[in-house]
Amino acid sequence: MRAIITILLVAALASVPLWLRDPYLLNALITTGIFVIGAMSLNLLLGFTGQLSLGHIAFFGIGAYVSALTSLGFDVGLPGDLRLVHAPWPPIAGFVLAILVAGLCGCFVGLLSFRVRGAYFVIVTISFAEVVRLVALNWVELTQGPLALTNIPSIALPLPGFGEMTLRTKMHNYYLVLVVALIAYLLIARLVHSHFGRAMRGLMENETLAVSVGIDVTRTLTIAAVISAAIAGAAGSLYAHYIRIIDPEVFAFINTVTMVIMVISGGKGSLAGPVVGGLIFGLLPVALRPVMAPEAQWIAYGGVLMAILFVLPRGIVPSLAQRFSRRRSNAPALAPVALTETGAKEPA
Amino acid sequence: MSEFLQHLVNMLVLGGTYALLGIGLTLIFGIMNVVNFTHGVLYTFGAYIMFIVVQQLGLNFFLALPVAVLAGWLLGAAIELTLLRPLRGSDIDTTMLVMIGAWIAMQSGALWIWGGVAKSVTTPFPEAPLVLGPVSVSWLRLFVLAAAALLILVTYLLINRTSLGRAMRATFQDHDTAALMGVNVDMIYTSTFAIGSSLAAAAGALLGPVYVIFPQMGDLAAVKAFAIVILGGLGNITGAVIGGFILALAEELGAGYVSSGYRDAMGFLIIIAVLIFKPTGLFARAERVG
Repeated sequence: MRAIITILLVAALASVPLWLRDPYLLNALITTGIFVIGAMSLNLLLGFTGQLSLGHIAFFGIGAYVSALTSLGFDVGLPGDLRLVHAPWPPIAGFVLAILVAGLCGCFVGLLSFRVRGAYFVIVTISFAEVVRLVALNWVELTQGPLALTNIPSIALPLPGFGEMTLRTKMHNYYLVLVVALIAYLLIARLVHSHFGRAMRGLMENETLAVSVGIDVTRTLTIAAVISAAIAGAAGSLYAHYIRIIDPEVFAFINTVTMVIMVISGGKGSLAGPVVGGLIFGLLPVALRPVMAPEAQWIAYGGVLMAILFVLPRGIVPSLAQRFSRRRSNAPALAPVALTETGAKEPA
Repeated sequence: MSEFLQHLVNMLVLGGTYALLGIGLTLIFGIMNVVNFTHGVLYTFGAYIMFIVVQQLGLNFFLALPVAVLAGWLLGAAIELTLLRPLRGSDIDTTMLVMIGAWIAMQSGALWIWGGVAKSVTTPFPEAPLVLGPVSVSWLRLFVLAAAALLILVTYLLINRTSLGRAMRATFQDHDTAALMGVNVDMIYTSTFAIGSSLAAAAGALLGPVYVIFPQMGDLAAVKAFAIVILGGLGNITGAVIGGFILALAEELGAGYVSSGYRDAMGFLIIIAVLIFKPTGLFARAERVG
């Protein structure tokens, strides 16, 4: 039953560019899809390990910059009269490098910041993102600073026997984003249901207990951070090659907040949560645009965030799933519902 | 050497307002355990109150400061009563996200009302700076330092010499026991948030005329306040004052000797370094890991 629904949903998503002819809406769907990938990666940390990382946009932005610089090439001076010169590589190499470098940064940040918990973890992660933003803004030789990296090439897929296929149109990019999002979803789903996933959720529910049964907390959290950062880096790379211009504003804190809103509203700790929340909040500005001034939209954004936390603190998907399973009382409640309830509590 | 002395003088002026920001946040963070993302908005709010009173109403510059303090107090109390009181007992992440929502809504509100164009405030002080040997400092900045010092002193006396302050300190140590001893903890929370907010508004009203006033000015101020609180330790007022001056010194030296582009990175680097190497803060007793 669930498999049929899933296949139908994917087919419905895949059919969108065939009947949707409005380029503005298609563009909104592509950028929303990219942010949904980011939100899914954030959910891996926030929903399944309980760590609220408010610096997640750093990995997205690092992925975007790595991918853009790999495909554009650069020539920068290093201390001691050294020069680092890089000739442009194909964008697909940038995509792979973006994943690797973002994952590496996730490892570094994770090892350093998982020494503290709660509010302090949040503040450390924000600080990392801001330091990265300031570097992107000030290292003009590499990043062009506020002048932005422009003319980033579109991703070209090598097709054996046919040469290359450059993904330039919106339709191409839509399918690219959809495929990457599906891979990310399946990867996260597989991970969460593995032995490792149980270790993650175990330490979210009760860290002391998890340690006592032999779960290596720092190792588990760091691996989760690496995977999460790598997926965010992939999303950033897609963003860079789709928008084709990147400036330090990509690191703006509001972008992290957008991802957090997507996860929280959809339901943290639920696989479908970030997708549902992401589609709602990604497309909300499109719906509000004709009726509201941009500033008023942001006021509404903040208001909706507060309202969701007051009315549906566990998110849309878990609340609906619980209602659904209550109606059919023979079906057991979905596991993530119970998990988010206990996981929300701070260990004393 | 004279350049270094000039940096020290600038540090004193900046440090005073940073200390105000830090004290406000450390009270809220320490006593209420709320990660207050609206702190920066209150800073912006104070600066705009200054702008309204001086530029739009044409009233006295020195009257504007108490008005800003009062307005910050009222707005803080309103935020506490409407957003935080209903969430009492929910986990720290939920309140943090609600505060983020409030911050986005209020900052966008400021952008809507006053627009994105930076505003400046005319001050009654002479243009020519006070020159003392190798260093010079503007009269406005001297006034800012004096006013900040006065506000810090008042807050210190309020916390340490009044019964409200004693109740606040008791709530910080153990709010259950404080409640059993007859302290109205709800009232203490509202007062704490209002006092902290009024200090942030005061800092904004003081620094607004020194720089320019725009809706996003509070974002960096909030980060600096967090850096100061982490440096000084949770709920530690003396720590916040010292932390304010350390941050100001780091920024001055960073801007003077490294690169002015990285001035604002100092706060973040301090946060990262302190939390990694000495997570209890430089002067704190409280345990913060776990």
